[in-house]
Amino acid sequence: MVIGENEILFLLQGLKWTLALSAIGFVGGGVFGFLVALARTSERKGLKRIVAGYISVFQGTPLLMQLFVVYYGIALLGINIDAWIAVALAFTLHASAFLGEIWRGAIQAVPKGQTEAANALSLHYLSRMKDVILPQAFRIALPATVGFLVQLIKGTSLAAIVGFIELARAGQIVSNQTYRPLIVFGIVGAIYFSICWPLSLYGARLENQLATGSR
Amino acid sequence: MPYSLEFSVVFDKMPQLLAGALATIGLALAGMTLAMLIGVCGVAARQSRSLLLRRVVIVFVEVVRNTPFLVQIFFIFFALPQIGIRLNPTVTAIIALGLNGGAYAIEIIRGGVESIHRGQIEAGMALGLHKGQIFRMIVLKPALRAIYPSLTSQFVMLTLTSSVCTSIAAYELTSVAQIIESDTFRSFEVYFTITIMYLIIAWMMMGMFSLIGRYFFSYPTR
Repeated sequence: MVIGENEILFLLQGLKWTLALSAIGFVGGGVFGFLVALARTSERKGLKRIVAGYISVFQGTPLLMQLFVVYYGIALLGINIDAWIAVALAFTLHASAFLGEIWRGAIQAVPKGQTEAANALSLHYLSRMKDVILPQAFRIALPATVGFLVQLIKGTSLAAIVGFIELARAGQIVSNQTYRPLIVFGIVGAIYFSICWPLSLYGARLENQLATGSR
Repeated sequence: MPYSLEFSVVFDKMPQLLAGALATIGLALAGMTLAMLIGVCGVAARQSRSLLLRRVVIVFVEVVRNTPFLVQIFFIFFALPQIGIRLNPTVTAIIALGLNGGAYAIEIIRGGVESIHRGQIEAGMALGLHKGQIFRMIVLKPALRAIYPSLTSQFVMLTLTSSVCTSIAAYELTSVAQIIESDTFRSFEVYFTITIMYLIIAWMMMGMFSLIGRYFFSYPTR
């Protein structure tokens, strides 16, 4: 059997889900991650500690386990939702912890004098963050954020193991049907590469710009 | 009917789970060793005079870092037999972890070596140190110090990634858990338990790495 139009279409169907999961995880994780970063850099000790725990649990466990626990945890709560929502929720939580940590670092990398200057101008918290700290932190955080997006896109392949048909699982199915694993996984790898590599290059360029800009 | 959690069936299988955890640690250690080897050789090849060799390393690093580990391990396990390379799951897992970790190690080590200023080496020569001394004391030690944190966190990541090796049924913690799951149907309990076990493994590794780092790879403060 050869790889025909149907097989390619099936892979592209899978790709659609890979992109959708990545997008949901990144946007959802971005929103929650932003809150995580703010909590992590706040002055409330208790809040800081809880959020630090949240981050270290996500960084200290395999993404695959996070998927399993959220996936089966939701089923256990008796909530009846589509598998893709459960998987998307897991990626969102995962991304929120990692993005939160990246952005915490960026916020803290803004020189302390900026905060002091904002305080001296008697700006309140909201304005200090929105007008002074965050625009600078954004620039610092961008390369690592793009780097994490690449990690997340690659990470969505693990949804295949819980049985969700995204690009990697679609590849596995096509490979089983056609008995041509070499070419099928070659194509699947090439598709991932063509998405991730430009992003990686972009991230590296941003990093170089940042390095020269601050020199 | 409300679901009631039942951890006891999972705890009954603790001996198997602990054996699986040990297998995970073994897999990770083997993977790290291979990754370190590939990292050092890769950097040497990356700095070599041969353009071809340098290109090969660059392509290797970019391909590995921009494709999912799952696809890499599938490729090695399912696709390579087509061209006559047949490996058992454990060997496949070690090679996949080593190649994947190796690509990241190359980038990290290269960063460390490049962080050594050329003037430092020249200063060493001016002080009359011989080549071995310069490499050991001026290049290697500071480079290791510089890369130690990122290299070790990469190793922790590699350990966590090893859970993906369950997809080719390699023997490790996650695959043991999947067997227990299919025996007991206690999915959540099983995965929750091994998630905690992974967390303990990761924290233990981080603790050990930071202890080793404090004694061998930190700057003298006095």
